[in-house]
Amino acid sequence: MRIGLFITCLTDTMFPETGKAVVTVLERLGHQVEFPAGQSCCGQMHFNTGYRREAVPMARGFAAAFDGYDAVVTPSASCAAMVREYHPVLAAGDPDLERQVTTVAPRVHDLATFLTGVLGVTDVGARFPHRVTYHPTCHSLRMMHVGDAPLRLLREVGGIDLVELPDAETCCGFGGTFAIKNPDVSAAMCADKVTAIRQTQAEVVCAGDNSCLMHIGGALSRQRTGVRTMHLAEILASTGGLA
Amino acid sequence: MSGGGVAGGGVSGAGAAALDGPNPVGVMPTYLGMPSFPRAARDAVGDSQLRRNLTHATTAIRTKRARVVAELDDWEQLRQAAKAIKDHTIANLDTYLLRLEENVTKAGGHVHWARNALEANAIVARLVAEAGADTVVKVKSMATQETGLNEALAADGIRAVETDLAELIVQLGDDRPSHILVPAIHKNRAEIKDIFVSEMGDAPADLTDEPARLAGAARAHLRNEFLNAKVGISGANFAIADTGSLVVVESEGNGRMCLTLPDTLISVVGVEKLLPSFQDLEVFLALLPRSSTAERMNPYTTIWTGVTDGDGPRNFHLVLLDNGRTATLADDVGRQALRCIRCSACLNVCPVYERAGGHAYGSPYPGPIGAILSPQLRGVTSEIDASLPYASSLCGACYEVCPVAINIPEVLVELRARSVERHRHPVERAVFRLSGYVLSSPRRLAAAQRAASAGRRIVGRSGRIRHLPPPLSAWTDTRDAPAPPPESFRAWWSRTRGGAA
Repeated sequence: MRIGLFITCLTDTMFPETGKAVVTVLERLGHQVEFPAGQSCCGQMHFNTGYRREAVPMARGFAAAFDGYDAVVTPSASCAAMVREYHPVLAAGDPDLERQVTTVAPRVHDLATFLTGVLGVTDVGARFPHRVTYHPTCHSLRMMHVGDAPLRLLREVGGIDLVELPDAETCCGFGGTFAIKNPDVSAAMCADKVTAIRQTQAEVVCAGDNSCLMHIGGALSRQRTGVRTMHLAEILASTGGLA
Repeated sequence: MSGGGVAGGGVSGAGAAALDGPNPVGVMPTYLGMPSFPRAARDAVGDSQLRRNLTHATTAIRTKRARVVAELDDWEQLRQAAKAIKDHTIANLDTYLLRLEENVTKAGGHVHWARNALEANAIVARLVAEAGADTVVKVKSMATQETGLNEALAADGIRAVETDLAELIVQLGDDRPSHILVPAIHKNRAEIKDIFVSEMGDAPADLTDEPARLAGAARAHLRNEFLNAKVGISGANFAIADTGSLVVVESEGNGRMCLTLPDTLISVVGVEKLLPSFQDLEVFLALLPRSSTAERMNPYTTIWTGVTDGDGPRNFHLVLLDNGRTATLADDVGRQALRCIRCSACLNVCPVYERAGGHAYGSPYPGPIGAILSPQLRGVTSEIDASLPYASSLCGACYEVCPVAINIPEVLVELRARSVERHRHPVERAVFRLSGYVLSSPRRLAAAQRAASAGRRIVGRSGRIRHLPPPLSAWTDTRDAPAPPPESFRAWWSRTRGGAA
């Protein structure tokens, strides 16, 4: 199986450790991962804010970069959902692009469902002896339908003390440009998420999307909570403790 | 038939037939000049009493809803059936509207057509005057909230009395509804007691904030109004084309009083409320109460067909309201909003609604459904309507619970695209053009990443950025931002793996 890593622009630029972790996990499971250099951004921020024309070249670039891969794996359920659900919308009216997009889109997987669904693995040989809570991001739940795949992966991690997050399925208030366009409501949502996280007394909150984690982590850090955010991939890559 | 007039044959879409006119877009007169959503929401977010009232009420109802929905193992099939029935009806609105008109008329009712709120209000005011009444009793109705009927009648010297308990609270408090099902959700019972004592006139002197006593006071207050009213005004949850029947679903029994006691009944109904046949009701009567009040069945369902000698009203008028609905119908993506049965399940699960409250949405339709309905019905010419499609984090909880499967996030992003096409936001556009230029090219993205990594030394040695200039200060006002890493992933890959695939 030829696996292409779709790193996403945010993780590429701001959270490279997550990308390295995805490579570590997949290689540990005996798979080769390629990083197509032609990739850039899925266009979600532009699409969701209404700038569709600006997003079309990104859909085109994505389809070209990942042409020929059996599976495209990404550490962002949100970007995976963007490709699967909305790249066909962006391609409408351009038959060539439509064909490319409909070929590649179904092969795009977020890391958690790729591991549990495609590879059929839940124990990835990780060890992480810390108290962890998991925030299911909205797009992972309601667009990618990951269900309990991330939790099944986490439960197999050696030494982990996994605690349930109260009101876990409530949005953290990130929402892309929503956080800037509606800062008061966004911050109020984040405050409630932070309260829930602190109730768990976890050392680490993890999720399958660095965008939401950047939002939650920004508030955790501003409030000096001492709770850190980690992408699911980084916990699955770990064989000892906090990096 | 009177009012706008329908010319049946040859024209596809009842909208085109009924409503080709100078003003096809809806108006909601009482909501003119509302501020943008973020501005209105800022006050609500800071109001701790409001936050507590909303959290308490929405948490209770969404928990209960989840429980009663889980009881039905065919919920998803019911939902898909409802979606299919509504889509079929909306696609054949011309046929079914004329069939409804024919059957209502046959049963002794009168049908009127209103292109917009102003026409609907004028028709109702004329009918009330013809009935010789100066007071009307009202069933809770979203359509007449939308048209601002009470205010229009007041201008003509007609007193409209809201008889739904929560609508009465809102009316007495000179307030606006903030929820579709629970219009006074923003008030707690202590606040309601104060409103009753100061505004109701006949409230008992020793009234407490005990719910049963509050309901008792309202009941005594309304009894006289029911018995003396010559005219009742309602909306309808459903209108059945095949039989000409109207359906009102309610909890308190005040609706039954208004629908049966007065001599004249006037029902103002949006054209999208149609169902083809009586049998279609079974699907919706299973979905609506569970989604709305989280009950298996609602206490009162009133169904009437025209007029019947010796039973109920002697004059029945049906005012069919467009007010922007046919303009919405013309939109491939947006028309799914017309499936809405006003259950309010989307409000109760919405994290934005729970924190911003209903008033911030600047329309009788708050929450996620309001964010897609109001800008479509009214157009996006005002500040509030331009901001509504952005009043969502796109979390998708609304779509998940919607009993007619309206993909609200899909419509929101569609409306955002329209908003960008129509409005000029020169600075924002420049930012998105530039970022699009960078992000669509791996070479330019890599260059930007190198610049960011170089800038890391200036902005955030601690790994955290605490202040950014506007508009990004909206982020750093409450959240730290991460500093860029020394090396991007792609730079690391190229350095360690010897070039990319």
